[in-house]
Amino acid sequence: MKTVRPLVELQAKAPTGITGLDEITGGGLPRGRTTLLVGGPGSGKTILALQFLVHGAEFCKEPGIFVAFEETSTRILANAASFGWKLAELQRKKLFLLDAQPTPDLVQSGNFDLSGMIAALDAQATEMKAQRIVFDALDIVLALLPDSGAKRREVYRLHEWLLARELTGLITAKAGGDETDAHGHQPFGFMQFMVDCSIVLNHSVVLGVSQRNLRVQKYRGSSFDENESPFLIGPNGLEVAVARTLGRVDANVTTERVSSGVKRLDTMLGGGYYRGASVLITGFPGTAKTTLSGAFAEASCRRGERTMFVSFDSDGTEVVRNLASVGIRLDRYVKNGCLRMISARTITGSAETYLVRIKALAKEHKARCLVIDPVSTLSKSGNELTAHSVAERLIDWSKAEGTTLVCTSLLDEMASQNEGGSPLQISTLADTWIHLNYLVQAGERNRGMSIIKSRGTAHSNQVRELILSDKGVTLADTYTAGGDVLMGTLRWEKESAERVATEVADVAGKLKRVRLDADEAELEVRVRSLQVELQAKQAEKALLVRTTESRKRELAGGRTRMQELRGADAANPGRR
Amino acid sequence: MSQHSMYKFRLYIADGVQNSAQAVSNLTALCQTHLPDRHEIEVVDVFREPKRALADRILMTPTLVKVEPSPVRRVIGTLSQTQPLMQALGLEPLAT
Repeated sequence: MKTVRPLVELQAKAPTGITGLDEITGGGLPRGRTTLLVGGPGSGKTILALQFLVHGAEFCKEPGIFVAFEETSTRILANAASFGWKLAELQRKKLFLLDAQPTPDLVQSGNFDLSGMIAALDAQATEMKAQRIVFDALDIVLALLPDSGAKRREVYRLHEWLLARELTGLITAKAGGDETDAHGHQPFGFMQFMVDCSIVLNHSVVLGVSQRNLRVQKYRGSSFDENESPFLIGPNGLEVAVARTLGRVDANVTTERVSSGVKRLDTMLGGGYYRGASVLITGFPGTAKTTLSGAFAEASCRRGERTMFVSFDSDGTEVVRNLASVGIRLDRYVKNGCLRMISARTITGSAETYLVRIKALAKEHKARCLVIDPVSTLSKSGNELTAHSVAERLIDWSKAEGTTLVCTSLLDEMASQNEGGSPLQISTLADTWIHLNYLVQAGERNRGMSIIKSRGTAHSNQVRELILSDKGVTLADTYTAGGDVLMGTLRWEKESAERVATEVADVAGKLKRVRLDADEAELEVRVRSLQVELQAKQAEKALLVRTTESRKRELAGGRTRMQELRGADAANPGRR
Repeated sequence: MSQHSMYKFRLYIADGVQNSAQAVSNLTALCQTHLPDRHEIEVVDVFREPKRALADRILMTPTLVKVEPSPVRRVIGTLSQTQPLMQALGLEPLAT
């Protein structure tokens, strides 16, 4: 049972072969049903429709018919050739182009209907076993019909036929090109209700930058992505940008670390960036963002990993030259093909264009590490609205590919000197966010570096000083004195002052020790002499005791002897 | 001078559709009024000859093609509006 369901679902949809569109619609257009494609002039309707037919004819064994109400078949053939579609080859058996442009000198007298066309197409469809059919710019022929009732009738006639033949139909029509629009009606309102699927193409210019969007308005009997998705007309046809939906397959998460190119930064991060992580380096102009990302590029090339460096600011060779001045030698890796420098200064267009180009180039180079400097270019004027989602998809894509991505992001000089959020708000998406800042103190500007966040890593919270020298990039501890972080000369001064202080303290300590030694010696001498004196006194005391005792004895002995000699009577009880 | 030349018409119709039936009768009436004995009408049913309709790029029915005299002109519709029709066919409206 479980395996049957998706099969059925797949059967019910005709894949368009357009990157992204098949994902949005869950497999393609409704098979055997009619889809309406509405868009303004130049929004890419014809290309989409043609791509749908070409894909069907070439890959799905579904021959198709293209009814061209607007452009001649020769022009369509020429346009298709620019996308690399071999229409002429397909045309023999699998693809039929019908020129159906009303001639300009067409005279109209009374009502008419589309029975003729349907009859003709019916015969053609039977002959070539067509399964897909496109009516390009149906609005043109509808405009000839006198009233909305007639228009409605003819569209229903066409629809009935499509359903009866079980053809997968795609009708394109111009938005705003409809006459009923002027009367306040929704363009092709009734067609919107009739068809099973409706797609709207939107082409707008925001501050001079072209933005194309595609939206599926309705899709009977199927779920679909309802949001507007940006798309662009690339070298191979339409490409619809689609954010991966919920329930996506998680990227392979590893605990492998890759070096940031700066040894002490690796230590601060607990070994480096995670493989496949996205790293954001923010900072004001000149805070060594490029240098830091260059160090990363060099480190990955040294490991032999293919790396791509996209620079929006300057030329690739300029970047190589500039980085060489701080000991980051990229030229050899450019030469052996490991590193590819892309100068994207010349690419203009929507953020979407950038993303598609970057993706294509990265794929071509098989890049495992990617540097984009700066990613904030994506949000240049005209792209503010889309840039965020593009950046999101960039990160999403790099994660899915396992590419380690280092982006720099320029902060506005006018913004507060605090660590402001990056303009793209990709700071929330990035795994590691390193912020570079200037510290102006005592007439100096020094570079400070701090790790604002690093997911899954215990990282140092201290601001370090970033020192650039011709030997490379190093970090130095900063001194905190009275709440201020000291850098540059101040740090050096503080360091040397501290060195002197230590020396002085050292000497003073030694002196004190000598003095104490002397004191000790003196005391020891005194102790000894006192001891000798004590012994003398003790001896004296002992002598004294002895003489006293012997005198007592002598005295006692002497009295007894006197008594004996005097013969004193015993009745006298002693002396009183 | 055109008054004396022969008119050849080809009328593409979808058999069974009301517009087409109207066109047949309108054309017949017009020819009888303006071109008595100077016309030829070929009626092509697109349902019966779809390949021909395709080759002749007939999309809308009914379509009237004036094959002769040149130039070839096409008129679509039921031919109920005589004013544009007469002009297209190069016929002078009847003097009234």
